[in-house]
Amino acid sequence: MANTSTFRRTALAGVAALAAVGFAGSAWAQKTKLTVYTAIENEQLEPFKKAFEGDNPTIEIAWVRDSTGVMTAKLIAEKDNPRADVIWGLAASSIGLMASMGMIEPYTPAGAAALKPIFKSGKNPETWVGMDAYLAVLCFNTAEAAKGKKAKPTSWADLTKPEYKDSIVMPNPASSGTGYLTVAGWLTIMGEDAGWKFMDALHQNVAQYLHSGSAPCVQAAKGERLMGIGFDMRGASEKTKGAPIDLIVPKEGLGWEMEVTAIVKGTKNLAAAKKLADWSASLKANELYGKYYAIVANPAVKSMPANYPADGEKLMAKMDVEWMSKNRTRILAEWTKRYDSKSAPKKQ
Amino acid sequence: MGLSRDDLIMRGGLVVLAGVLLLIVGLPLWALLAKGFEDGDGRYVGLANYVSYFSTPAMFNSALNSFHVAAVSTAIVVPVAFLYAYALTRAVLPARWLFQGISLIPIFAPSLLPGLALVYLFGNQGFFKVLLGGSSIYGFDGIVIAQVFYCFPHATMILVTALATADARLYEAADALGASKPRVFFTVTLPGAKYGLISAALVVFTLVITDFGIAKVIGGNFNVLATDVYKQVIGQQNFSMGAVVGMVLLAPAALAFVIDRMVQRKQVALLTSRAVPLIPKPKAGRDLFFTVFCATIAAGILTILGMAIWGSLIKYWPYNLSLTLGNYYFSNFDANGWESYFNSLRMAVGAAIVGTALMFVGAWLNEKTRGFGIVRGVVQLLAFLPMAVPGIVLGLGYIFFFNAPNNPLNFLYATMAILVINTVAHFYTVGHLTATTALKQIDPEFESVSASLKVPIWKTFSRVTAPICLPAILDIAIYLFVNAMTTVSSVIFLYASDTKLASVAAVNIEETGATAAAAALCVVIVITSAIVKTMHLLADRFLLGRLQAWRRR
Repeated sequence: MANTSTFRRTALAGVAALAAVGFAGSAWAQKTKLTVYTAIENEQLEPFKKAFEGDNPTIEIAWVRDSTGVMTAKLIAEKDNPRADVIWGLAASSIGLMASMGMIEPYTPAGAAALKPIFKSGKNPETWVGMDAYLAVLCFNTAEAAKGKKAKPTSWADLTKPEYKDSIVMPNPASSGTGYLTVAGWLTIMGEDAGWKFMDALHQNVAQYLHSGSAPCVQAAKGERLMGIGFDMRGASEKTKGAPIDLIVPKEGLGWEMEVTAIVKGTKNLAAAKKLADWSASLKANELYGKYYAIVANPAVKSMPANYPADGEKLMAKMDVEWMSKNRTRILAEWTKRYDSKSAPKKQ
Repeated sequence: MGLSRDDLIMRGGLVVLAGVLLLIVGLPLWALLAKGFEDGDGRYVGLANYVSYFSTPAMFNSALNSFHVAAVSTAIVVPVAFLYAYALTRAVLPARWLFQGISLIPIFAPSLLPGLALVYLFGNQGFFKVLLGGSSIYGFDGIVIAQVFYCFPHATMILVTALATADARLYEAADALGASKPRVFFTVTLPGAKYGLISAALVVFTLVITDFGIAKVIGGNFNVLATDVYKQVIGQQNFSMGAVVGMVLLAPAALAFVIDRMVQRKQVALLTSRAVPLIPKPKAGRDLFFTVFCATIAAGILTILGMAIWGSLIKYWPYNLSLTLGNYYFSNFDANGWESYFNSLRMAVGAAIVGTALMFVGAWLNEKTRGFGIVRGVVQLLAFLPMAVPGIVLGLGYIFFFNAPNNPLNFLYATMAILVINTVAHFYTVGHLTATTALKQIDPEFESVSASLKVPIWKTFSRVTAPICLPAILDIAIYLFVNAMTTVSSVIFLYASDTKLASVAAVNIEETGATAAAAALCVVIVITSAIVKTMHLLADRFLLGRLQAWRRR
């Protein structure tokens, strides 16, 4: 009896192995490898890949991931001989820049009609389609505030109070996309004159302008600074890990940016690339984005990841993406002149 | 004078070397720097970008800051490294091998590590914040401390090579003539090490000028030229202006090149064919002084490393300091998990093998070829360039050059090979300098004697020159291995989906706020390089025992 069962098990295993080899062989033969450039967070890579490949077993995603600035620079540098097939998860402003250089293959994904209008490029066919939005919020360390008896701010105007001297960090708009959207957000909400006046006052309280959009909330979370102005998702995930911080959406409104999907012009895998673009605009994909972001492209998805500020979407500034990219050089030059060189010493 | 067969072989080799260096250094650099003369759409605009760059006050500020930081760091590192190297080579230290090993630790660490450790030590929540007396670690002080830590091994390595090969007969003669100790130091020791000292100073100065990793993490508002490149290229995707700043950064290298040529002309071989190696004899007072000195430096290095190790074992700085091993499960922090570590190992081994062969044979060809000055000058210039080039500039240049549709070499792009080539090119200068320093100390008489005995030049190379220089050859290999393990700024543009490196992963992880996991990955990199270095020291002992027996009387 024991012998029979051993034999049967062995035989079954053998058949299973053969089947597996056959299956894998045939699947491998048909699989299209898509090179996908992205700046989404590390922990999203595996779930996104699995979910897409589950629905599209003939396509395999090969990720190349780095920060937004590095990926954008790499994509533009590779312009004459593109290596990416699809960009899934990069800032809309970066894709806008690439579109203006003729690097994007226009395509309207199957599910695009169902998405909120601001999450689309507005071109026909679309150059890009949005996934989710992120905000430049205020990360406020409550433990350090208690030590220094500092009040919790609720508005941008509060940040210019003398009690916050040298206790704020924010990204340098010349080195970080998050930094630029923060500044552009202020100029949009307050208007140019009042916006610069606000930044002049804020400058007196800024301890440092950092070179990344994640770093300010990380420094606030670790108590290096009382507060940081930066990328919301980073603040929320630090809070989930146990950091004593509150995410504040200042009541005047705030700057924001989208992560979007686009097809790279010149891809040798256009059919598979279109499948990924279709999938990235689907309800299923939007539900996946909703696990990480509070604001996603599909209005049917109601999501609230842990520790996200509640009223972010209502307070999003009316950002004019075209104005932002046209005036970028001018705004950065003005900003650098005012706050980033010896010509603008701080009052002691 | 006709050319002998040896001459022809040497010259042929030199031409091949110049070609290789042109492909891996010259052309990729030009591919980017040429953008400095174009506008955003690729139209030729002459010097317009330079004019607009030099008319911004921020530029002078950055250039001044860069120069200031580099000068102060060099002024601290070179004397300290000289004393340390002197102790290692000319005094009798207890556990000399241990001091030598510890001096190298900073080179094993990605530049993220001193940045993180300094925040733990002196940051706003740091243990020793009071020691700073109210000033902040974010800025000039922090950059200098981190740069001194990071550059110390580079200088020590060059100076140990320079001091190791001395002719004992000179000291015996000085002794017999009754020269005082300071006089011996200033007339025998210092002149002998002059080439090494100048090389060390040039290397440290340009390393500090071009490094942006430390300035980015701990520099804060303190703008330097290397962070300006970062702002232009990564922050604004403005390659034209990035190229302009990159070109400005080449100025120190050009200066270094000129100084090096001037010094070289005056350098004479120390190790003549009749030389007798110097073996230090015990001397209580001197040995005690140097032991205390080295122990102090070593303690400083170990404090920074220890802080990083501790930081990799805690749960959440500074609010939950309980210990955990969880930060070493890298797949929780990066999709590639431990895979990027093994990629790094493969890349580092490749770079060490390919790079050492190229650098040593290259330096030998350049030193021993007679005449042919122009080609030698070209090789020397191309060998010096990489040191002065910020990694971002070299990395982008590699994209433009190796990814060009009409480049027959573009099959290399997005492979492991391109990472190896890029790393060899990026670290070419110090390897070349080390090999040159070692070769300069060998009397050219070896070649003359071989030539008159009709021994082909490659036999002299393989039977005399290479064995004599074996310690330097191993040093170069280890230098390449450890730098390949830690390099970030250039390869960050070049890795593909299956060739991500651990050093890049550490930077990515740090950006997500998982500081402890980033520290953990840095610690794994340090330990790997430390193990490789230990194996090297053991091999060195064995090899020195057999191949270098002639050095002893």
